[in-house]
Amino acid sequence: MTGPVLTDGTAGEQPRSADLSGVPAKPNPTGADGEIGGTFWRRFVFRRPLVALIVQRLGLSVGLLFAVSLMIFGGIEALPGDFATTYLGQSATPQAVENIRKDLGLDRPWSERYLNWLGGAVKGDFGTSWASKNSVSEQIGNRLGNSLFLAFFAALISVPLAVGLGMLAVQFRNRMPDKIINVISLAAISLPEFFIGYLLIMFFAVKWGVATFPATVYESMSFTERLSAIALPVATLVLVVLAHMMRMTRAAILNVMSSAYVETAELKGLSTFRIIARHAAPNAVAPVINVIALNLAYLVVGVVVVEVVFVYPGMGQYMVDAVTVRDMPVVQACGLIFAAFYIFLNMAADILAILANPRLRHPR
Amino acid sequence: MNLRSIPLSAWIGIAGIAIAILCAIFAPVIAPFGERDVVGDIWLPAGGDFLLGTDNLGRDLLSRLIYGARTTIFVALAATVLSFSLGMILSFAAAVMGGFVDQLFSRFNDLMMAIPTLIFALVVLAVLPQHLWILILVMAVLDSTRVFRIGRAVALDVAVMEFVEAARLRGEGSLWIIFREILPNTLSPLLAEFGLRFAFSILFLSTLSFLGLGIQPPAADWGGMVKDNKDGIIFGISAALVPGAAIATLAICVNLVVDWLMKRTSSLKGGRGDA
Amino acid sequence: MPELLSVKNLKIEATSYPPGEPPKVVTLVEGVSFDLQKGKVLGLIGESGAGKSTIGLSALAYGRGGCRIIGGEVLLNGRDILKLGRSGINSVRGAQVCYVAQSAAAAFNPAHKLGDQVIEASVRHGIVTRDEAEKRALYLFRVLGLPNPETFGDRYPHQVSGGQLQRAMTAMALCPNPELIVFDEPTTALDVTTQIDVLAAIKHAIEETHTAALYITHDLAVVAQVSDDIMVLRHGKTVEYGTTKQVIEAPKEDYTRALVSVRQTKRDEAADQSGTLLKIEHVHAGYANGFKVLHDVSMHLPKGQTLAIVGESGSGKSTLARVITGLLPPSEGRITFDGKELPKALKGRTNDELRRIQMIYQMADTAMNPRQTVRDIIGRPLSFYFSMHGARKTERVKELLDQIEMGPRFLDRYPAELSGGQKQRVAIARALAARPELILCDEPTSALDPLVAEGILNLLLRLQEETAVSYVFITHDIAIVRAIADSVAVMHRGRLVRFGPKSKVLSPPFDDYTDLLLKSVPEMEIGWLEKVLKTRRMESAGN
Repeated sequence: MTGPVLTDGTAGEQPRSADLSGVPAKPNPTGADGEIGGTFWRRFVFRRPLVALIVQRLGLSVGLLFAVSLMIFGGIEALPGDFATTYLGQSATPQAVENIRKDLGLDRPWSERYLNWLGGAVKGDFGTSWASKNSVSEQIGNRLGNSLFLAFFAALISVPLAVGLGMLAVQFRNRMPDKIINVISLAAISLPEFFIGYLLIMFFAVKWGVATFPATVYESMSFTERLSAIALPVATLVLVVLAHMMRMTRAAILNVMSSAYVETAELKGLSTFRIIARHAAPNAVAPVINVIALNLAYLVVGVVVVEVVFVYPGMGQYMVDAVTVRDMPVVQACGLIFAAFYIFLNMAADILAILANPRLRHPR
Repeated sequence: MNLRSIPLSAWIGIAGIAIAILCAIFAPVIAPFGERDVVGDIWLPAGGDFLLGTDNLGRDLLSRLIYGARTTIFVALAATVLSFSLGMILSFAAAVMGGFVDQLFSRFNDLMMAIPTLIFALVVLAVLPQHLWILILVMAVLDSTRVFRIGRAVALDVAVMEFVEAARLRGEGSLWIIFREILPNTLSPLLAEFGLRFAFSILFLSTLSFLGLGIQPPAADWGGMVKDNKDGIIFGISAALVPGAAIATLAICVNLVVDWLMKRTSSLKGGRGDA
Repeated sequence: MPELLSVKNLKIEATSYPPGEPPKVVTLVEGVSFDLQKGKVLGLIGESGAGKSTIGLSALAYGRGGCRIIGGEVLLNGRDILKLGRSGINSVRGAQVCYVAQSAAAAFNPAHKLGDQVIEASVRHGIVTRDEAEKRALYLFRVLGLPNPETFGDRYPHQVSGGQLQRAMTAMALCPNPELIVFDEPTTALDVTTQIDVLAAIKHAIEETHTAALYITHDLAVVAQVSDDIMVLRHGKTVEYGTTKQVIEAPKEDYTRALVSVRQTKRDEAADQSGTLLKIEHVHAGYANGFKVLHDVSMHLPKGQTLAIVGESGSGKSTLARVITGLLPPSEGRITFDGKELPKALKGRTNDELRRIQMIYQMADTAMNPRQTVRDIIGRPLSFYFSMHGARKTERVKELLDQIEMGPRFLDRYPAELSGGQKQRVAIARALAARPELILCDEPTSALDPLVAEGILNLLLRLQEETAVSYVFITHDIAIVRAIADSVAVMHRGRLVRFGPKSKVLSPPFDDYTDLLLKSVPEMEIGWLEKVLKTRRMESAGN
């Protein structure tokens, strides 16, 4: 073979990521910042960027959760308002207030109470409710299960539906089905959760009598009874997150479909199915998973209002009740748990996006 | 700007917002009854003297709806304007100053955003006394985290453009760079963002009121009216749905306008959309 | 001999959606016809907007971004592929006709290995078995001079360099053994020293496999090396169509003649190069993350003259400009301007120091505020530095517009309403408005079409004569250096390789890098590529 004599194959070719003349080039391709210094870490980041990034995200989430706990506890302390007075009502005598402060431990220094609270929270002990004098953890345990039950079924229905509709919208881009989906989703993101809820109750439970209201669940209920009880709340939650999730899915898929490598696949004469399955899907998975995780995080918060509407015995209902009577241990516990779920789901979205990135899976 | 280039959907949105604002301004003139007057039996059906019927205490629903527009729009707008000013000032400061200030603001913002807005609001409102200005302030501060993120991204996008660098090389001061170079180029996306935040504020305020933590009775506000009348639903009385529909309609109208603004937002390179 | 590809009277339209206006139908290509025989190469050449990519893609019956082929025929082996159905055209694409895109980095799927993508079309079309395809890919990797051809296919796109990726894209197109390949600016995004390798590899591979090709480029010198015939296009219409020899050596049309002669401006350097306006001494610079970009760079520039800084991407030439402006303070070394040391950072400089050094950017698009009119853009330095206002300012702006050969009717236009060349002229006027002594030009012509770029260069030369302004001209293009420079600095990987008067720097004896750089610049001469490759072969044989 008489090939042309090339300088040496790679001569004069800079790695593409290091264009030094313009933007500041980062020495490592991962973009991880060197906040956690030390040469060992740097070397680790360079060799195993994937593991390093995931470790970083986990660490970040734990740190964030810690900061949030500090904020929920400390924020409440810093704000004006005396709990003892609130607790006893306006007519309290100074002596009674003093006693109560002692009772609730409010006379001890702030940091000590925080550490106690945090230590308990880590072990799953959130103290005693001011209102009912019961253990907060016990009451939450049951209700958390109920809330997750609700959120789980809402996710089970909304995720496939949203992804399917999103793909449908992409398939018929700028044509009738897409436009209809677009208009409906625009309307849907403008509807308050409680309005959707009462609308469903009005028609399905009251007028047509096909569903039950209120959505009470108790220990002795069978699984199917539970399912029928949560039908309407689940439907409400689905409607609430569906539009958001679908719009974001559509945008994510459109972004991939308009990329140059999909054009390359088309110009290879591949079938539509193969283009989508082999070339678009692997790259669309990450953003779509990201969308799903973000919306699940939204779902966790969405349960608060829906539970109040349907008088469903979950965490959200519990928290709102506690807020109205200023039952601080319960408010703090619920706030922390909701925030933890939110942070966890956001972290999951981040990590899944990292895992799906081939640049990080196969470093140079 | 060409009026004819505004699509029908945006016109519908503008008209809806205009009607709501007119109701809010001229409430005492338009409303047939007083905001707090008990004028009939409870939950009277629509029609007759009461166009939309009466509520759980026998007050005229239409009148309360018109007065409610006042409270809802005023509080939501005040919160949005406040959150927008706060978010914009901090984000532009972060983007222009960079370095430590940027890090500090951004990390704190991340922390604030790690807690879901509604949960955050519940925790804070549990402690604070119930005043209107406190409600507005809480809404504004929580919402400003979103504005901060968008504002910083947009400002950074523009701040790295070469025309900003050129102004810096000329020796221009920070104020000129922010107000003459960066701001005019971020107006369109920020206007859209303002609309989005306003729609969100309406929904958020209504949700808080519905949960009993927003506007306190007897003042009329749409979210609170849903709460007042929700018990009627089981008896097939739709009084709670009327204010709910009002909230939804106003939010849809705002979103229609936002949607148009976003589509219209011209990129920096692609010609000037004469804003 | 029967024609492989015969395009007859092609007409292509697209619908554009200008914001705030009703959609407009634009004709992109009209009345274009050509023939291509087996194993031959046709070069399609033209400026941006000439419709050359659109025509190239029509050979695959493909319209990008809403382009529609509405008239004419595209006959492949006598069969009109525009009339084929979806499955019919799919059996042509990737089998008989393949496509090589300008940006291989974007055109490869980041999620799959290069090898799998290279053989995909051959295997899916059932042309060969997987094993045979892999063997062929290996052969092509060798022919194209890719490093470690045995394992090259196991890599992911982000793991190899831009030049390698472009060659891998060529291998992907060649793998199904197609009858025709469409090359769409395959070397435009590469550095010159890389371009010559890729160009040689493509030419060699075409010869080896007897494939016909449509070679699309804006660079006549490049197309002269690879094609048998050339078609010159402008605004979607044919300007001239003939053999490469005829088009290059005896162009018939004025437009072609201008294209051929465009790189031939040469200017003698100033005889007296003593005296210094700008002096750069032992400058080191790097970014905050510890990444060092410039190592011990020194050079100087006399008053009223031009210093060209030449280098490829990654050479640090733009960083040097940032150091001079003060945007990136140097970590070591000093910069003296008119006998006085300049404060290192921008913030430490006085307005007058800033006024005396102005800058022109590569992308005039992003260098001007899109919300300001030409009047505001040029007028701002006048009011900022000289406190000019009202009628006096307008007068001066008009004068400046005259100086850049654009009349007062442009006063109230926005940048978006100007062409690329006009924008760059306005940027020049903005710099001139400050009455600077030095203008830093950062590749001001590289984003422009050759004829427009030529106009800008001539304007800069004329302004230098009129105002005695000095230029630091940053470029990657040796032809421009020849055209305008008095002294030249060659940079490579952050170091100064060579510095001195133009005549000295550009004549032997050379150092290795300057030699490679100079030899890599395509010349408007048929057979230039072979000549260079031959000398290289002889040199490597001699080693």
